[in-house]
Amino acid sequence: MEQQTEQLTFDFHTERANIVSESRDEIKLELGKFAGPLDLLLYLIKQEQANIFDIPIARITDEYLKYIRLMKSLDIALAGDFIVMAATLIEIKSKMLLPRELTHELDEEIEDPRQELVDRLLEYEKFKSAAQMLYSRATVEQAVFTRGQIESDENNAETNATVFDLITVFQKILARHKEEVQMEIRREEMSLSDMIKAMQQRIFQTNELNLLDFFREISTRSEIVLAFIAVLEIVRTESVKLLQEKTFGDIILRKA
Amino acid sequence: MTENEKQPRGVAELISIVEALIFVADEPVSAKTLADVLEEDRETVEAAIEGLVKEYETREGGLQLRSLAGGWQISTRTEFHEEIRAFLKTRPSAKLSLAALETLAVIAYKQPATVPEILEIRGVQSASAIKTLLDKRLIVSKGRKETVGRPMQYGTSKDFLIQFGLKDLSELPSIEDFEDLAQ
Repeated sequence: MEQQTEQLTFDFHTERANIVSESRDEIKLELGKFAGPLDLLLYLIKQEQANIFDIPIARITDEYLKYIRLMKSLDIALAGDFIVMAATLIEIKSKMLLPRELTHELDEEIEDPRQELVDRLLEYEKFKSAAQMLYSRATVEQAVFTRGQIESDENNAETNATVFDLITVFQKILARHKEEVQMEIRREEMSLSDMIKAMQQRIFQTNELNLLDFFREISTRSEIVLAFIAVLEIVRTESVKLLQEKTFGDIILRKA
Repeated sequence: MTENEKQPRGVAELISIVEALIFVADEPVSAKTLADVLEEDRETVEAAIEGLVKEYETREGGLQLRSLAGGWQISTRTEFHEEIRAFLKTRPSAKLSLAALETLAVIAYKQPATVPEILEIRGVQSASAIKTLLDKRLIVSKGRKETVGRPMQYGTSKDFLIQFGLKDLSELPSIEDFEDLAQ
């Protein structure tokens, strides 16, 4: 459930479940989003206008289960935590049905099976209010603007790595490979799309790729040529940037 | 002007310089940083900032100077946000989800907080909310807790203070204050 709600914005006041109509044994709900089982439980307690210190467990459990079933029937993926809470509620309900043990001393306070849940609800409610406070603060802050960024080398490292810079790097690498004594044992043809894939993988793993390093790992001349074309192709088609921190420095491919 | 023949700066001049530096800084800038750069006493710089604050208050212009995340920042006054948005052609950016805000609240008040501690309070797994908060740099990891499972601990970041308009963490209302509110 969390997974789904994560990307959405919300409003504390509107995106709530609303009971649209209610008859004796049928309940129609407009589904809202709940941050978790405690959130749902608090909502149900408020709906029932029940006292949090004296929760009518049987009634609330029924409502809770109704809600869970409804979500299931609508194929809403339920977080396991909602099920855990359902089990907890049922456990409390059954404990309350059991006769109080007679072995207890008279003056000994018998703990209310609901106590732990009440404590958790109260604790959770505080943080829910705190979240609301943060929400209001963030809203106020959105009305405040600071000046736009002043351009500097630090925040704009995207100094133009031109085709010529690329060629220079390319030549450096070619020159180095010329000096090396090559011993080709196998002939492995790599296609341009293979090269692009390999490069993409590297970029997406680490977010950035030092081109010089990448070229260094390549052994054959034809692969270097492929790599060079691959760079041009990736920059053209993908959302990646070519960065060069300083003139003649290493060129880095970065995910935009 | 070399070190030796450096003239002491006048109060008005210092106020102007401080304003200029706060203006160009990307983030709220502290009195200490300003004092270091200007090679002035911290007290002198603080007095200059105070003078500047007064100027801003008296002028009641479009800008405000405020204390934020342990530093000082010049920003627009909230009153003009509609006009500014119309000019910049922007809309308020996406807000955090309910789950993310709750998780952030738990971390802000319980920091350093671990994943199990957040689960305990929220009653729900918060992994994706934590990831969102990390991505938005509102929280930072604070190392592992030396307990069973060595869970990662999280705390709020400087960006958190900036984005929520806080001088420091003590400016957050006490969590117990929400008790009465919740009832």
